[in-house]
Amino acid sequence: MFTAQKGRLALISVVAVGAVVALAGCASGDPLGSGSSDTTAADTLVVGSQDYYSNEIIAEIYAQALEANDFTVDRSFRIGQREVYLPELEAGGVDVFPEYTGSLLQALDANAAGGTSDEIYTELESALPSGLRVLDKADASDQNSWTVTQAFAEKYDLTDIASLTKVTEPITVGGNSELQTRPYGPDELKAKYGIETAGFVPIEDGGGPLTVKALVDGDIQLTNIYTASPNIKSDNLVALSDPDGLFFADNVVPVVSEKVNDKAAEVLNTVSAALSANDLASLNSESKNDQKSAEDIAAAWLEQANLF
Amino acid sequence: MTFFIEAMAWLVDPANYVGPNAIGVRVLEHLGFTLLTLFFASVVAVPIGFLIGHTGRGRGLAVGSSGALRAIPTLGLLTLVALSVGIGLTAPYVALTVLAIPPILAGAYTGFEAIDRKTIDAARAVGMSEGQIVRKVELPLGLPLLIGGLRSATLQIVATATLAAYVADFGLGRYLFAGLKTRDYAEMLGGSIVVILLALALEGIFTVLQKLVVPRGVAAGRPTDIRVGSPRPAR
Repeated sequence: MFTAQKGRLALISVVAVGAVVALAGCASGDPLGSGSSDTTAADTLVVGSQDYYSNEIIAEIYAQALEANDFTVDRSFRIGQREVYLPELEAGGVDVFPEYTGSLLQALDANAAGGTSDEIYTELESALPSGLRVLDKADASDQNSWTVTQAFAEKYDLTDIASLTKVTEPITVGGNSELQTRPYGPDELKAKYGIETAGFVPIEDGGGPLTVKALVDGDIQLTNIYTASPNIKSDNLVALSDPDGLFFADNVVPVVSEKVNDKAAEVLNTVSAALSANDLASLNSESKNDQKSAEDIAAAWLEQANLF
Repeated sequence: MTFFIEAMAWLVDPANYVGPNAIGVRVLEHLGFTLLTLFFASVVAVPIGFLIGHTGRGRGLAVGSSGALRAIPTLGLLTLVALSVGIGLTAPYVALTVLAIPPILAGAYTGFEAIDRKTIDAARAVGMSEGQIVRKVELPLGLPLLIGGLRSATLQIVATATLAAYVADFGLGRYLFAGLKTRDYAEMLGGSIVVILLALALEGIFTVLQKLVVPRGVAAGRPTDIRVGSPRPAR
């Protein structure tokens, strides 16, 4: 009886010590770093994408365009949000990544000045860490926006972001956790325009169906929906105009590593030149409303744009 | 070690103990959510489990369907429910209740099944009604295994209740989501440590409870006690 208890005590201590050692083990270094760059062959280009369906479609277009030009492509899609994949990109684990000029600039340099879409592109070129560069930007853009329902906009005669001060009922903001701390978040609304918000509801699906439903149901009044989202049209939403440039212009742009040679760069630039703003919205709609796969949508677009 | 040290610093930072996002508030939310989910799941699973255990019928169905329930991805179910009822706590309650039903159901019917048939036949022979057999024989004898089911359900709920923060400003999951999305890994790891501590504390409570509910007669009848010389049931 006594020895059994002693044995159990010893077992518990062994487990406890083991747990501490294991924890300490995970604690060192970057828990998300995978070092995938070591394992891919020298001539293979790794194409990555955000965990965002529209970004995946663009990544798939890049991948198929490169494959059509005899490059070997390794797809590493749906990596996560910028906070997660940026270190991986900087470490050279990914060679081609579809990005958005303004958001990437703000992630790299929180004090970036902003400006027109061309100025932002120039700022971005100098803000990128060594080893990474951006190729030509596309006309297509997918911007953050403060979005309300059409009924809400009509009720208070809302046009631009500043007009939110006219709203007399409490405005509850909803969206991904990071929205709360982004440079255009609720704090900035208050500091810049004096807009009081009544609280923040985290809905972690990145402006997806749950966020749209919460907005339409009136659980939240204000959220961030990307301007190329098909929901803006299908659910009668209004993206408030942003004359002061609170949000940076977000043109689609490929961020590439040094492994991308001139020939590959030319392929991607051809893609960017063909990708218009309307294209992006209709690609997104094909994914959301017609439930087509990124692969099929990308193939159909390349076919229709008559590339390669 | 840096992440671990930063997480420890996060855990002891007084700023994390004030306001609506205080660790204490989140722990209470998490605990309340866990207990209420456990209650909902028990209301569904315990009566069904007792019925199956007592009658011996429908066992195959219960094993099959609780296996199927276990296979449902909780985040998927949560999203699906939230799409019909909207954001807030309803969807997490439904999804987590579904998660907690299988272990409780299994605990309830295996508790009854594990009883020696002779004991139940004896109870019937002395003239007990079916209701009396359930209340006075099967329930007390099956209780340790039922508590075991509740214990494993609690562990699953505590760990998975972090998903409630996917659609609501609620619980310890807030630290995980907010930490992940803003690269604040100290907050993420700190939050995870709090979840682990909460799980361990609940495990401890259930371990004690599981020992306490063993009927005195059963405990007295154990071989170890025979050696120390008290073979007679206390009752």
